[in-house]
Amino acid sequence: MIRDYFRVLVVDLATGKGNVAKIEGRNEFAGGSGLGALLFDIYGHAQRPWDDPDQPLIFSIGALTGLFPLMSKTVCSFKSPYHDQFAESHAGGRSALAIRFADYDAIVIKGRAPRLSCLSIGMSHLEVKDVQFLAGKDVFSTGKLLRRMFPGSGHRSILRIGPAGESLSGMACINADTYRHFGRLGSGGVMGSKNLKGIVIQGDGSFALPDNKDYSKVFDEVYEKMTGTDMMSKYHNLGTAANLNVLNELKSLPWRNLQATKDDDIAGITGEKFADDTLLRNAACAGCPVGCIHLGFVREKFMEQNQYMYRQVAYDYEPIFATGSMLGVTDAFHVLAIMDEIEKVGLDVMSGGVALAWATEAFEKGIITEKETIVPLAFGDAEGYKKAVNYLGQAENEFYAALSKGTLVAAKKYGGEDFACVLGQEMAGYATGETFYVAESLGFRHSHLDSGGYAWDQKNDKKDVDAVCDFLIGDETGRAFITSMVACLFGRGVYNDEQLSACLKSVGYTEIAENMDTIGERVRAMRWKVRFDTGYDPDAISIPKRYNEVTTWKGKTDPEYLAALKKEYGNRIRNLVSKEALIRLGLDKYEKN
Amino acid sequence: MKTLTAAHMERCIGCHSCSFACARQVHKLLSWNTAGIRISSSGGLSTGFVAKVCLACDPAPCAVACPTQAMSPRKKGGGVIHKKDLCIRCGKCAEACPVDAIYLDLKKRPFVCIHCGRCVKFCPHECLEMRESESTKRAKKEDAL
Ligand code: SF4
Ligand code: SF4
Ligand code: SF4
Repeated sequence: MIRDYFRVLVVDLATGKGNVAKIEGRNEFAGGSGLGALLFDIYGHAQRPWDDPDQPLIFSIGALTGLFPLMSKTVCSFKSPYHDQFAESHAGGRSALAIRFADYDAIVIKGRAPRLSCLSIGMSHLEVKDVQFLAGKDVFSTGKLLRRMFPGSGHRSILRIGPAGESLSGMACINADTYRHFGRLGSGGVMGSKNLKGIVIQGDGSFALPDNKDYSKVFDEVYEKMTGTDMMSKYHNLGTAANLNVLNELKSLPWRNLQATKDDDIAGITGEKFADDTLLRNAACAGCPVGCIHLGFVREKFMEQNQYMYRQVAYDYEPIFATGSMLGVTDAFHVLAIMDEIEKVGLDVMSGGVALAWATEAFEKGIITEKETIVPLAFGDAEGYKKAVNYLGQAENEFYAALSKGTLVAAKKYGGEDFACVLGQEMAGYATGETFYVAESLGFRHSHLDSGGYAWDQKNDKKDVDAVCDFLIGDETGRAFITSMVACLFGRGVYNDEQLSACLKSVGYTEIAENMDTIGERVRAMRWKVRFDTGYDPDAISIPKRYNEVTTWKGKTDPEYLAALKKEYGNRIRNLVSKEALIRLGLDKYEKN
Repeated sequence: MKTLTAAHMERCIGCHSCSFACARQVHKLLSWNTAGIRISSSGGLSTGFVAKVCLACDPAPCAVACPTQAMSPRKKGGGVIHKKDLCIRCGKCAEACPVDAIYLDLKKRPFVCIHCGRCVKFCPHECLEMRESESTKRAKKEDAL
C-alpha cells in the first residue's frame, strides 16, 4: 500500500464496470488535492459543461491516510455546477480510511447511470445497484436504507445526496457518514447529474506495516501531541463554535445578511451556549482522536399530549453563522432546527443560509414577494426558514431554482446584486476586512481555508497590497501540500514541516519528505492550471457593494484599497501558471484535455 | 487475571484509535479490522458506538468449536489464544462466538483479543479498562469458600 505510483479505481456508471489504473506521479503530487487535479487533467474535459456524463467525480486521499492520526480527510474534485469550473471540496467522516483500506489512492467516477443507482466498492468487490426507490428520499432515510442494503457496519463509509443533489442544485452537498460534508460548490449536484444517489465504500483490507522501528515511534510522538498536550484543545473543547463570541467582539460576525457585524443578541448562540444547553456528545472522524464533531439535539413536539421526537445535529462555527447570525436567528435550538432541515434536504449549510439571508433582505425591500418565496421571510423567523430551506433544496419554483444556482444568479434576475453576500460563492463567516474579502473571492475554493486571509485581517490593519499578497501566496503553498496529504487542517499546528517530514520518512516516502515545498508549489500550480483551463478569470469576479458598507474593528472598507488588492492578487494568481512557472515545476508536459 | 473491558462505550467518539493500536502493536498490521477490538456504530452514527471485543468466556465456545485446537482456552481468567500455525481457517471459532468478537479477514484468518491491555492508553475518552474478569472473580470466591 506504500507505493511510488497511485492506485486508482475508475468506474463507469453507464456500464457498471470499472478498472484499476496505475497512475504515475506519487512523488510529484503526493495525493489528495494534487492527485485530484492530476486526475481531472487526465479524465476531465475542460471545455465541456459540468453535467456532461463524461466529467469525472474524483475522491482522493493522501500518502499518510490511515497511517497517522488526523490524516482523515478526502478531497472531492469535480467540475462545479456553481460556476462550471474545476472545484474541490474536503470532508472527513470515515471516507478517507474506507478508501485507504479498500486499497485505493483515489476513485474516479464517470458516466451516467441509466437509473438512480448506488455504487458499492471494497477491496474485493465493485457493484452498481439500481436504487430508483430512493428517488427524492432525504439524506437521513437514504442513509438508513443504504445501511440496511450493504454490510460492513463501522468500517465503511456511506456518501449520499438528498433532494438538492437530485435537483442538480449548485449548492447541493454530498453527505459523508451523517455528520460531515463535501459542502461547497455543488459536488452533490454532480452526483445527481450522474444518477448516483449513494456511494458505499467498504474498507476491508489490511496491510503490512512499514518494515522499520521508526514508524511506531513517530506514531506515538504524533499521538501524544494530539491527545496529551493542549495543542488541539480548542477543537475538542467548545469546538470552532468558540469563534462566534470572538468574531462578534471583533465586529467581524455577519448579522442579518451582513447589515451588521456585531450584535448583543450573540448570547443565545455562542459556543458556550451551545455546549451548555444543546451539546449531547462528541464524535470523531475515523482515525482522529481529537473528536471535534459536536452533536447538539433538536427536540420537537409533534402531537398534543407530550409526544416528542428528537434528532442529533452536528454544529460548528460556520453552520451557526449561516443559519444563526446571518439569518438573525438567536436561539440555539432554533438554529439547530434549521440546520436539521438543511441536512435532510442535502444542501450546503453555508451556501443555503447565506442565500436565504439575501432572499430575506430582498423580501423586506419588496424586490421579491410571497409569489417567489412561497413563505414570508423575516430575519429571526426560524419556522419560515425551515420551510424555505426545503423549497430551496427542491428548487420548488422558478425563484428557488434560480437561487439554487447561486445568489447572484437570482439577484441578476430579480435585482439586489448590491447586497448579495457572495465572495466567489456564498461567503464564509468572517467579515474581517479587505484581505478576507479578496482572498475568499479569488481563492481557489472560494473558502476561508484557502489561506489565512481572515487571520491576517484580525492581526493587521496596515494597508499594504504587496505584503498582503506575499502572505496569501506564501500561505497557500503549505496548505496545498497539507491538503495533498490530506491532513485535517485542524492538525496543522502539530503537522509542521518537521513533523510531516518525519512521518513521511518513517513509512518510506523519503522523496516526498525532501521535496515538500516544491510539491506544495507544484500542486498549487496544477490546481490553478486546471482551474484556468475551465474558465477561471479573476477579473470576472466582482465583490458586491455590501462589503463597502460594512464596518469592522478596522473601520469602514476602503474601496480603493480593496480594488487594488483584488487586482494585484489576481495578477499573482495568474503568475502562478505562467509559462516559466509551469516549466520550472515540470507541469508544461500536462496538456489540457 | 485482568481482561479488557469496554466499560464506558457511551463515551466513545468512534475514532478507532483502539483498533489501530491493537492492529499495529499486537498484529503488526495497518487496519481497523484485523484487531482484537473493533468499533461499529450500533445502527448509524446517531446511535453511538459499540465495541466488538472478546468477553473472555470460561469455558470458551470458540475454543470448543475449533477442530484443530488452534484456538485454545487461556490457562486462567477466561478467553483464548490463537496459534496461527495450527489454524486451518475454517472459521468455526468466529461462527461459535456469541458476540462476534472474532474477525475473519479476507483470507479467513481469525483475529481475537488476547487481553494484553495495550490498546487502553490509546483511547482518548477512557472507554476501555483492564478489569478482573468474571471468571477470575468466580475462581477467587470459590477458593475463599
Ligand atoms: S472470542 Fe467470543 S467465544 Fe471466544 S472467548 Fe471471546 S467472547 Fe467468548
Ligand atoms: S487488549 Fe490487546 S489484544 Fe485486546 S484489543 Fe487491546 S491491544 Fe488488542
Ligand atoms: S479509542 Fe476509545 S473513543 Fe476511540 S473508538 Fe476506541 S473506544 Fe471509542
